[in-house]
Amino acid sequence: MLDSSVIQRVLGTALRTGGDFAEIFVEDRRSSSARLDDGRVEELSSGRDRGAGIRVVVGDTTGYAHTADLSEAGLRAAADAAAAAARGAAEGERTIAMTRVDAPRPNEIAIAPEDIEKAAKVALLARADEAARAEGAAIKQVTARVADSRRRILVANNDGMLSEDDQVKTLFAVQCVAVGDTGMQTGYESVGHTIGWELFDRLDVEEHARKVARQALTKLQARPAPSGTMPVVIGSGGGGVLFHEACGHGLEADAIAKGASVFKGRKGTQVASPLVTLVDDGTMAEEWGCYAVDDEGTPAQRNVLIEDGVLTDYMYDFLRARKEGRARSGNGRRESYQHLPMVRMTNTYVLAGESDPDDIVASTERGVFVKALGGGSVNTATGDFVFGMTEAYLIENGEITAPLREGNLIGNGPQVLSLIDAVGNDFAMGPPGMCGKDGQGVPVGDGVPTLRVTALTIGGTAA
Amino acid sequence: MELEQLLAIGDRVVGWAEDGEQVEAVVAHAASSEIRAYDGDVEQLSSAETQGVGIRVVRDHRVGFAYAGTLDDDVLAETLAEARDNAGFGTADEYVGLAEPDGVAVADLDLFRASLVDVPTSRKVDLALALERAARAADSRISAVESADYADSISAAAVVTTTGIRAAARETGAYVSASVLAVDGDETQTGFGFSVGRHPDELDIDVASRDAAERATRMLGATKPSSDRLTVVFDPFVTAQFLGIIGSTLSAEAVLKGRSPFADRVGDEIGSVFITFVDDPTNPDAFSATQTDAEGLATRRNALITNGVLQGFLHNTYTARRLGTVSTGSAVRGGFKSTPSAGARALALTPGVQPQEEIVASIEHGILVQSVQGLHSGVNPVSGDFSTGAEGLCIENGTVGAPLREFTIASTLQRMLQDIVAVGNDVEWLPMRAAGLTIAVGDVTVSGS
Repeated sequence: MLDSSVIQRVLGTALRTGGDFAEIFVEDRRSSSARLDDGRVEELSSGRDRGAGIRVVVGDTTGYAHTADLSEAGLRAAADAAAAAARGAAEGERTIAMTRVDAPRPNEIAIAPEDIEKAAKVALLARADEAARAEGAAIKQVTARVADSRRRILVANNDGMLSEDDQVKTLFAVQCVAVGDTGMQTGYESVGHTIGWELFDRLDVEEHARKVARQALTKLQARPAPSGTMPVVIGSGGGGVLFHEACGHGLEADAIAKGASVFKGRKGTQVASPLVTLVDDGTMAEEWGCYAVDDEGTPAQRNVLIEDGVLTDYMYDFLRARKEGRARSGNGRRESYQHLPMVRMTNTYVLAGESDPDDIVASTERGVFVKALGGGSVNTATGDFVFGMTEAYLIENGEITAPLREGNLIGNGPQVLSLIDAVGNDFAMGPPGMCGKDGQGVPVGDGVPTLRVTALTIGGTAA
Repeated sequence: MELEQLLAIGDRVVGWAEDGEQVEAVVAHAASSEIRAYDGDVEQLSSAETQGVGIRVVRDHRVGFAYAGTLDDDVLAETLAEARDNAGFGTADEYVGLAEPDGVAVADLDLFRASLVDVPTSRKVDLALALERAARAADSRISAVESADYADSISAAAVVTTTGIRAAARETGAYVSASVLAVDGDETQTGFGFSVGRHPDELDIDVASRDAAERATRMLGATKPSSDRLTVVFDPFVTAQFLGIIGSTLSAEAVLKGRSPFADRVGDEIGSVFITFVDDPTNPDAFSATQTDAEGLATRRNALITNGVLQGFLHNTYTARRLGTVSTGSAVRGGFKSTPSAGARALALTPGVQPQEEIVASIEHGILVQSVQGLHSGVNPVSGDFSTGAEGLCIENGTVGAPLREFTIASTLQRMLQDIVAVGNDVEWLPMRAAGLTIAVGDVTVSGS
């Protein structure tokens, strides 16, 4: 994407006023999406965003400047701005020898987005619309969306590290609105992977649309969710958000370093039930949060964060790892070249356990079964977190019964983790997610087997 | 970049339109700085310029869209060609088309502080450092300032079309925000505070640091309440978030597509008599004020609910044509990379006469909610289900008491509007699409232990 010699000169300029660290991040992103709503393909959209961000660190101060001008002059101007921002003392020119990092791509791409006819992208949408509406007369509205992106990055720093990556993602999502006596209800599900158009060789578009329609139709019979604290069984696949919020963010090294995490100082101690082993893995082939290298050029890694309930490690970005004199973990990510990187999750999941998922439900006298979770959020300093349930049912006498209306569940991370008393043998990854932190969104995956938390607070309206 | 330059670029793009097609170019430019102070020094300092163009092409009643993150001439031509190509794949829709001048005068809003561009970086750094010092010193229980930020932006955008639209506007904005940790023994609580304006001189470090410290310290000792059904009082910041969601249900796009619970309720009483609710982007007090909408039409004051009765919805050109009315100047978009939808920009509830203390004094048993968590995951604006995490203080016999945490509040949007029993006089113009003030909502389910 950029000549080695240009990179060297730009990094040299960045360090001209002194500095411990300089980095150039170049990004070229092409995206396209098409949306069908109300029976019409609204528009096909496409765009291109290309630019570079230059980071200079002097002591504990980071200066950053970004530009869409990828000429050498443009980049050096940004380097000057970043250097000025970091306010280093004058030190003179430096030469840096670059070494290319060889990081394996998690998976190959069979069909690149640019090789697909636009007509084919749009044709998928009508199939979803037809299939969803045919599922029931109460389905009054269908929205379908297909999106693809290709993000090429190059990262180089003055340690001599030079890395590149080429990330292709394809996404398909359907939403349905059903109308009945109790009002309107919605169903929603997306499927997405870090692969190309081959996604649609494996995905039954019509069945996906029908499934979403059934979600909406089922919720027409939904009753208000209970209000109060009780056992909750999380279904496999859709429930990973729970861990992303309950402990994921709290294990990011920046929150730890600032004293803003309840998991600070707890490495080596029991923070969860011994049934819980939690992993963050950027190498997971095809998953939404995978990559060859992170946005600081570090190869992706599989990191065990909690093992049999004991906290083993936090997640790090380049600077924080360097500050603590420890190995990098491949978690330095940024939304785009216009943003500074920080510690972020990749694909976060709990390993399968031994229990039969049917037994977990059967042994729950009264509680809630959450089949699909929506988003969530957490206050890492207090540990309080919430997540939404978009498809949930009452459990009565060990049986899944009435569908429930949507709502949030709330709990406290360390407490909830210790209240997990059964983990199923049916692991599955969930739908693609977008994690927001400090104003930046990055794509993430999560996964979970069926499991039970003996006490979680359900935010329903039924006493 | 000057407005004339942006308009000139728009003119150029639109000048390349072929016969039988409509072209719209949105040309944007922004310069911004962000400074984060930590531990008495600058932790991060970023400054940059962004620019880009978003182009819609309408041919044979089909629309295509493309964008690019630069304003280079060859990229402009490429982007127009891409949008034109994309137009071939949309469904032909007789109502599709760009906005046309509607004769509504553009409000003259003073949203631009020319001197911001001359404010030296050192002054901005000083503000961030001063904020951190003030937040740290605001209370002895404040153990750390997790972040103390200063940010500003100078932004400009032009909309030019082949249908006669040619509008441009610019604005400046600045804010400081602090996030603090308060500690008591083993317990940590957090609080945030901020101050917004159009220029750093308008920012109030004292308010931002005091709010952050108060919000954090008053939560110390918080316990989990029992499940209950009671009246909740929303702090202004919480009300603003709630009103933003109500505003989204009144978008004509939601109505048109069968996703609004209020679709056929114009003329009905959908809220309590205390509710008079407008969207007015021409109000210069609103941080989100703007004189032209995302299609280049003049914004205007739109009455949404008057004394509880639904008046109408917010339209852009497309929704208006579909529903046989005219645009209310409510086209909105998430920047130049997206196409316009219809929505609110600057919502406000007409204030009542009581300060928060008086509203609290009238409640025997309730909760003052200081912040909510998980609005995006627990609120469904189609079904109306509303369920969020919350923290706040209990209200007993008209007095605010012990802090409460780790609970949820739930109801439905439809019921909440009807159950608003008091509206305060403490309007706060927040950096969001809705102004905040205190409201009291009855019959809300609290889920705790």
